[in-house]
Amino acid sequence: METLLSPIAALIGRCEELIADLDLGSVRAWRAAHPGKPVIGYLPIYAPRELVHAVGGLSVGIVGAGEELEIVRGDACFQSYICHLPRSVVELGLSGKLDALDGMIFPSTCDVIRNLSGIWSLSFPTKWVRYLDLPQNFDHSLGGAFYRQLLDGMLHELCDLAKLPYERADLRGAIRAFNANRRALRELYALRAKEPWRAPTSEVYVLLRAGLLLPADEHTKLVERYLELARARDARPLDNARVALRGAFCEQPPIELVKTLERAGCYVVDDDFLPMLRWPDTDVDESGDPLDALVAAWLDTPLEAPSRYTRRNEDKGVTLIDAARAAKAEGVIFAAPSFCDPALLDRPMLLGALDRAGISHTSFKYAENTGQMQPIREQAGTFADSIKLWGEA
Amino acid sequence: MKCYTGIDLGSTTTKAVVLDVDGHVLGRGITNSRSNYDVACDVARSEALTDARFNLFGHELGESPRLAERRDDFLALLRRNFRLEQYLVQLGQLEERCVMLAERMTMEGAHMRPVDALTKIFGDMRTEAANLFAPGAKLRSDFFRDLAGSRYAALAKYLARQKNLDFEALIGIYDKSIIPVENTVGASSFQTMLDAAVRRTLSDGLVQGLEAELEHALERTLATNLIEAVSVGTGYGRARLPFPKEHIRSEILCHGLGAHATFPDTRTVLDIGGQDTKAIQVDEHGVVTSFQMNDRCAAGCGRYLGYIAEEMNLGLHELGPMAMQAKRTVRINSTCTVFAGAELRDRLSSGQRREDILDGLHRAIMLRAMSLLARSGGVANEFTFTGGVAKNPAAVRALRGLVQEAYGDRTINISPESIYMGALGAAIFALREHVPGKEVLLATSGGTQWS
Amino acid sequence: MTNSVVKEPSMLLQKDMISGHYSKLARAEETGHKVAYTFVPGNLTELMLAFDVLPVHPEINALQNGMRKLSGEYIAEAERAGHSEDVCTYVKCDIGMSLKGNIGPTGEKMPPPNLLLLSYTGCFTFMKWFELLRERYGCATTMLHVPYQAEGHITKEARDYVVKQLRDVTIPALERATGKRYDEDRLKEYLARSAKAEDDLVWVLESAKHTPSPIDAYFGGVYYIGPLFTAFRGTASAVEYYRALRDEVRSRIENREGPLTPEGQMRDQRFRLVVEGPPNWTHFREFWKMFYDEGAVVVASSYTKVGGLYDRGFRHDPDRPLESLAEYCLGCYTNLNLPSRVQLLVDYVNEYQADGFLVNSVKSCDSFSSGQLVMLREIEKRTGLAGAFIETDLVDPRYFSAANVKNRLESYFQMLSQKRATATAS
Repeated sequence: METLLSPIAALIGRCEELIADLDLGSVRAWRAAHPGKPVIGYLPIYAPRELVHAVGGLSVGIVGAGEELEIVRGDACFQSYICHLPRSVVELGLSGKLDALDGMIFPSTCDVIRNLSGIWSLSFPTKWVRYLDLPQNFDHSLGGAFYRQLLDGMLHELCDLAKLPYERADLRGAIRAFNANRRALRELYALRAKEPWRAPTSEVYVLLRAGLLLPADEHTKLVERYLELARARDARPLDNARVALRGAFCEQPPIELVKTLERAGCYVVDDDFLPMLRWPDTDVDESGDPLDALVAAWLDTPLEAPSRYTRRNEDKGVTLIDAARAAKAEGVIFAAPSFCDPALLDRPMLLGALDRAGISHTSFKYAENTGQMQPIREQAGTFADSIKLWGEA
Repeated sequence: MKCYTGIDLGSTTTKAVVLDVDGHVLGRGITNSRSNYDVACDVARSEALTDARFNLFGHELGESPRLAERRDDFLALLRRNFRLEQYLVQLGQLEERCVMLAERMTMEGAHMRPVDALTKIFGDMRTEAANLFAPGAKLRSDFFRDLAGSRYAALAKYLARQKNLDFEALIGIYDKSIIPVENTVGASSFQTMLDAAVRRTLSDGLVQGLEAELEHALERTLATNLIEAVSVGTGYGRARLPFPKEHIRSEILCHGLGAHATFPDTRTVLDIGGQDTKAIQVDEHGVVTSFQMNDRCAAGCGRYLGYIAEEMNLGLHELGPMAMQAKRTVRINSTCTVFAGAELRDRLSSGQRREDILDGLHRAIMLRAMSLLARSGGVANEFTFTGGVAKNPAAVRALRGLVQEAYGDRTINISPESIYMGALGAAIFALREHVPGKEVLLATSGGTQWS
Repeated sequence: MTNSVVKEPSMLLQKDMISGHYSKLARAEETGHKVAYTFVPGNLTELMLAFDVLPVHPEINALQNGMRKLSGEYIAEAERAGHSEDVCTYVKCDIGMSLKGNIGPTGEKMPPPNLLLLSYTGCFTFMKWFELLRERYGCATTMLHVPYQAEGHITKEARDYVVKQLRDVTIPALERATGKRYDEDRLKEYLARSAKAEDDLVWVLESAKHTPSPIDAYFGGVYYIGPLFTAFRGTASAVEYYRALRDEVRSRIENREGPLTPEGQMRDQRFRLVVEGPPNWTHFREFWKMFYDEGAVVVASSYTKVGGLYDRGFRHDPDRPLESLAEYCLGCYTNLNLPSRVQLLVDYVNEYQADGFLVNSVKSCDSFSSGQLVMLREIEKRTGLAGAFIETDLVDPRYFSAANVKNRLESYFQMLSQKRATATAS
C-alpha cells in the first residue's frame, strides 16, 4: 500500500513542487550556487540544450504557466484568437518571474513563438535573445551546413556570456550527459508502455516536466530512482484502454487533464509531450565532431512534429502509427491546444493516416488553463469504453 | 429655457442627460433599449425632461420658506406617485392588448376563459401597484417591462395552476403585447400624470395647509418651457439615432468628456457597458489621447454578467452584493459567454459556493478590463470607472485590488451617476455647439473616491 | 454595392491581365503548359517563367473568392471535411474550393499542379498548407526553406543557404517537372524587366508623400501590387501596366487630385494614415468606404510589402540572378522580425507625415497578428501618436462585424479631429 509518505509519492511530490513554483526557485538556487554561469531559457518544441550545458550553464524549458497564474499583461499583448502559451510566458517575464534567466532561445516552432522572440527583444533589450531557425531542408550539405553555422554562432555567444574561451566549451561532455538523460527517459517510456500501472502518465508527465528545470545529471538520477521504485511497486493492472496521446507538444495541458484521462479509464502508453527533452530518440554521436553530431540529431531523427516539414506524403503519420503499435496503443487521442495552427492543420492528415491504418481516434482541444474537465472526462471515457467494447469484439 | 440634451443609446439601456446653458444638469432619464431605437431615444429623453421638471419644481418649492423644510420628503413621494401613475397608464395599455389577444383564444380543459383570467390578473396587478411604489419598497428594476413582467408571470403561474390554464400561452400573450406597449410613447401627457400624482401625494397629508403655495410652485414650474436647443447622440447604436451626422459623437469621446466633467483630474477612464469595454486616456481638458476597446471577443463585458444572472436566476443587481459575501475567491479562467453556463453548473455541482464562484467571475471580468487598460497605456491618476458595471460593488472591489497590485496608489472615482457618463459627455458636446469650448465641471459631492 | 463602380484605366488593364492568366491556366492541359502552385511571399516568378511554368497562387485564389463572396461556402466545406474553426481561412478557402471541383474565382476550372513549389517564407502555415495540397494532388513537391530575418538583416549564411537550395533543389525540381534545362540568360531577361516595373511601383507608392495623396496606399495599394506580386513580375505586360499606372498617378498629382474610390474621386483628405496588416477581403468595399467617407486616406501600408520591400531599395538584379532572388525571398515583410517591422512603420509615419496609424488584425494570420498589440504600443511610444486597433479576418465572412469596425474607426477619427481642434485652439 502506497502512502503519501512512500518514496515514490515523495519523489513525485518534489517534482510537482518544482513545477508549481512559477518563480523558478530551483533555478534561482542553481544560479546562486554557480555565479557567472549563464542560465538560458528555451521554448518548445526543440532546442539543442547541449550548447548551454557545454559552457557550464543551465538550460531551462519555458512552457507556459499552467492554470495558476492570472494573466493581465499577457492578455494585453495578444488577441483572443492566439493560443494561451505566449500570454503566460509574457506574464511570467513582465512580472519578473523569469529574472533568473540570462537569455532565451525561441525555436522556429510556429509564427507565434517566432514573433514572441521579437516581443522579447523589445521588452527585455538587455537580455540575450536568439531565434533558432531549425532547418526544414534536411540535406546535410544544405540545411545541415546552415544549421551548423547557426549552432556554432550560438556557441560562441554562449561562451562570451559564460566568459569562457570557445576552445574550453565541453560540447562532447554535454552530449554525453543528455544522451544519458534521454536513455533514462526512453527506459521510462518503455516501462510505461509495458506496464502503465507501474508508471502512470500522471507521474511520468511531472517527472518529465522536472527535466525542464533540473540540470541533466540530476534529472537523470531522479528518473533512474523513479524507475527503480516503480518497478518494485506493488500495483495491479486495471481494465483500461491503452491510448497514445498527440498534440500536446508545445502548450502544455493542465496536469489535471492528464489525470482526468487516467480516471476516465485510459492508460496513456505513448505521447508527444516535450520533444525538447526526448529528441532525438537515439544517442547523439559522442565520438566525432560534436557540432556535426548535434546537426545530425535534428536532421536525421525520423521523429515527426507538426512544426517539422514532412518530406513525403507516405511519411505522414508513420512515426505516430509505429509508436502507437510499438506501445500497443489501441487508439489515439488528439488533444491539441486551441488556436494551435501547426497541430490543428496537421490533424486531418494524421487522422487520415490513422484511418488508413485502422486505428481509432478521438479529438478535443484544451488550453493550459482549461478548468473544466467534465467534457474531457466524458469524451475520453466514452472513447475508452468503445475501445474496450469493439477491441474485444 | 434653453436646454441641451445628450443621448447615449447603449445595447441594454438608453440614457439621456439634459443641461442648461450654464452646464448644470437639469435632469437624467433612462430606459431599456428595445428593438425600436427611435422609441428608446424618445423615452429616455422624455424621462430626462420629466426629471428636469421635478428638479425645477424642487427648486421652486425651495423658494417658499414654509415648503422648503418638507421639500425633499414631498418630492420623493411625488416622484414615486408619478411613477405609479406612469405604471398604471402603461398597465392599462398592456391589459387592452392582452385582452384583445385572449378574446380569440380558447384553452381546452381550462376552468376559466383566458380573457377572464387576464382581467383577474390585471385587476390584481392594479391593486398591488400602489405597494410596488410605496415608500421604502425596493424596485427590482427601473423598467416597466421588467416590473410588469415579473408580476404578470407570478400571478399567471398561480392562476394557471388553479384553473388549469395554459401558462405558456398566457406568457405568450404577454410577450406579444409588451413590445407595442413599450414602443408607444407619451399616450398620456406629463401634465395629466403629474396632476394625478399630485392629488395622490396631497392625500398623504404631508403638506397639509400649504396646498395653495404648492399650486403656485407647480404653476411656475409648468410655465417654464424647456426648449431643446441641441441634442447630441452617442453610444453603440448612435448611427441609428434620428440625428444629423454632425450631432453624433463616438461614445469614447463622450465618456472621456463626461468623466472629465464629473472628476476634472481624471486621466484614465474605464467604461464597462453591456456590449463593450473601453479603456480611455484623457488629457487635462478631457480630450481623448488614446483608447482601446475590447477585442472581437465580448467576454468580460456587462452582458456576461447578464448571462450569469440569468443562469443563476438572479436579478442583475443582486450579483454584486452576493459576490461580496464570498469567503474565498474561486479562480475562473474563462470568461467565455458561450461556456459560462456550463462552467457555472459544473462548479456548483462540484460543491463550490455560489458566492465564491460569483466573486471569481467578477475578478475574471476585471482581469480582462485590466488587460485592456494596459493596452491603452495603463492606469494614470486619477482613474474614473463608469458604465453600468461601476454600480456593482464586487466588480469595484476587484478592480480596486487589481489596480493597487499593478499600479500602486491611484485615486479611483466612481460617480453614483456613472451610468449617465456617456450621455453627460454628449450633452456637453451639445452645449458646445452653442457655446464653443464651454468647460463644464460638475459638483462631485455624490461621488466616491478612494485614494 | 452598385454596379457602376468607378475604376482606374490601369485597373481595367490589370483585370484583363488576370482574366487572361486564369484562362491560360484553364487551357494549360491542352497547351501543354506546366503548372506550379506557389505562394506570394518569396515567390520565384521569374524562375518559373524561365521554365515556361504557369504559377497558381492559392492565397490569391482565396482572396479573389473572398471578394466574390464565395469564400464562406468554401470555408464551411473545409470545416465539414474536418478542419478546425481555429485555423487560417486562406487554407480552408483553398481546400474548400478544391473539394468543390477546383473552379477558380473567374468560373474557369483550375488545372491540378504539376509541381508544388513551396517557398516557405515568413509563414509556418504555408508548410502545412503544402502538405495538405500534396496529400490532395500527390504531385512532385519541392521546398525552399527561407530563414527568418531574426537579426534584423539578411545574413550571409542565410543568403548562401537559399542560393544553394535554389541551385541544388529548386532548379532541378523545375527541370524535372518541365523536362527543360535551366537557362540563366532567360532568367536574367525576366529579372531585368522586373527591376524596371519595380522602379515604377516604388514611384507610385512614394507618390503618397504628396498632399493631397494621389493614391490610397492600402485599398488602392492592393491593386497596385497585384501584377508584381503574382504571376506577372518579369513580363512585358507588367512593365506596361506599371508605366500606365505611373502616368495615371502623375496626372493626378499634377491636378492635385486624390485617389479614385469605387464611388469616384476622393476629395476631402482629412486624415493621413499608415496601416499595418492585411485587409479584409469579404467586405473590401464596405471596409474601404468606412475610410473615405471620413476623409481618411492611407499613405503607407505594410501589407503592400508582403511581396517585397522595393521601396527600401531592393531590386531584382540580372547581374546576380540567384543571389537577388534569394535576397528577395529573405526580404519580404512577413519575414522581418518584430523590431524591424516596428521601425519600418515608424519610418512610414514620419516619412509620409501621417496623422495616425491603424492595425487591422486578422484572425487567420498569426505571422502578421501575433505581437501586433506590442507593436502598437511601441509605435505609439516612438511616434507620439495614438494608434487604432481593429479586428477582422481575411476571407471568413463570419468574422467581419461592420458595426464593430465602424464604431472603432469612427471613434478613432473623431479622436484625431478633437485632438487637432484642441491643438489649433491652443
